[in-house]
Amino acid sequence: MLSKKKIMNQWKNFSKGFIKENAVFALFLGLCPTLAVTTSATNGLGMGLATTFVLVMSNLVVSLVKNVIPDKVRIPAFIVIIASFVTIVELVMKGYVPSLFDALGLFIPLIVVNCLVLGRAEAFASKNTVWSSLVDAAGMGLGFTMALTVLGAVRELLGSGAFFGMKLISGDAMLLFILPPGAFIALGYLIVLANMLKEKTA
Amino acid sequence: MAKTESTFINMTATLVVVTLVAAGLLGTVFELTKEPIRLAELAKKNEAIAVVVPGFDNEPSQEVQRVFLDGDSLYLYTARMGDEILGTAVETFTNKGFSGNFKLMVGFDPDGNIIDIAVIKHAETPGLGDKMEIGKSDFHLQFTGQHPDNFKLAVTKDRGDVDAITASTITSRAYCDAVERAYEAYKSLR
Repeated sequence: MLSKKKIMNQWKNFSKGFIKENAVFALFLGLCPTLAVTTSATNGLGMGLATTFVLVMSNLVVSLVKNVIPDKVRIPAFIVIIASFVTIVELVMKGYVPSLFDALGLFIPLIVVNCLVLGRAEAFASKNTVWSSLVDAAGMGLGFTMALTVLGAVRELLGSGAFFGMKLISGDAMLLFILPPGAFIALGYLIVLANMLKEKTA
Repeated sequence: MAKTESTFINMTATLVVVTLVAAGLLGTVFELTKEPIRLAELAKKNEAIAVVVPGFDNEPSQEVQRVFLDGDSLYLYTARMGDEILGTAVETFTNKGFSGNFKLMVGFDPDGNIIDIAVIKHAETPGLGDKMEIGKSDFHLQFTGQHPDNFKLAVTKDRGDVDAITASTITSRAYCDAVERAYEAYKSLR
């Protein structure tokens, strides 16, 4: 039986990914895909979920094999594991959801070098149990997804006056926010907001 | 279980096993998704052909001719209704896009007038350059019914007849470049 304390611990382990140790707003990991794909909320959501899948699978496998892999070659071994899952995601997306692949295709291979994925494999999964690693990956991945979706929604709203693809105003809005500089500006303000939230809860 | 020591043999063996398992897994997934990927790409192509030369009853993707221009291949698909040729869909490309290469499908009627133009594949900026897609703006409509011989395929800034997409002149120029190339290929096969 899981004791209450254990469940509480796992809950903490899970929820830390959303605000306290959020990959984007607190750890600043994986900023390349964050800034590049979040031109719309849908893209942010798709990229976030793809990364979450890779993160969960790689954390699971890494925590399973952590004792078999010698320390000195752990990084290459982890990268091969991660890259394999990324390629699987890419092939499956291409075959079954081609429209999503059209929007994200360029950035899918970038998940391999997303520091978040290797970072969790190295810092968490290689030291913790399978169950904890899965919870950690789910929390971190969903927190990353949330951050990307929020950033995408803000940029889409300000930049093209739409929300999840639905046009709210006709014509163009502040185009700057769809372009790369707008990504930095929007991310900056969102980090301020996240920090304010963190201070309140702390 | 004790941690495996980092000896030379252990390290080599581990990496060999890890890469072998990964390769096996990827090979399997590749085989499994090969057919769906091919079908998805074919469906997209057929969809684009149906948009730019509507009303055919043959299978234009089976009637394909290849033209080599500017370092890459263009494909021409003939659309028929019974024995009558409805038009030709030309799969064309440009390398001048804002994010590099993109592909268009241009439909010509038998007289060489443009019927419509669809975007097959691109990486242009969402919200800006992607307005060249059908349904995202009226940009593509200005080509409908025009004959490239009396309609200069260049943006007004370059003294052409095409109204560029606001804030996406580079994309608009590349689009004209691709359509021009499609017409070249179409002319060369007539």
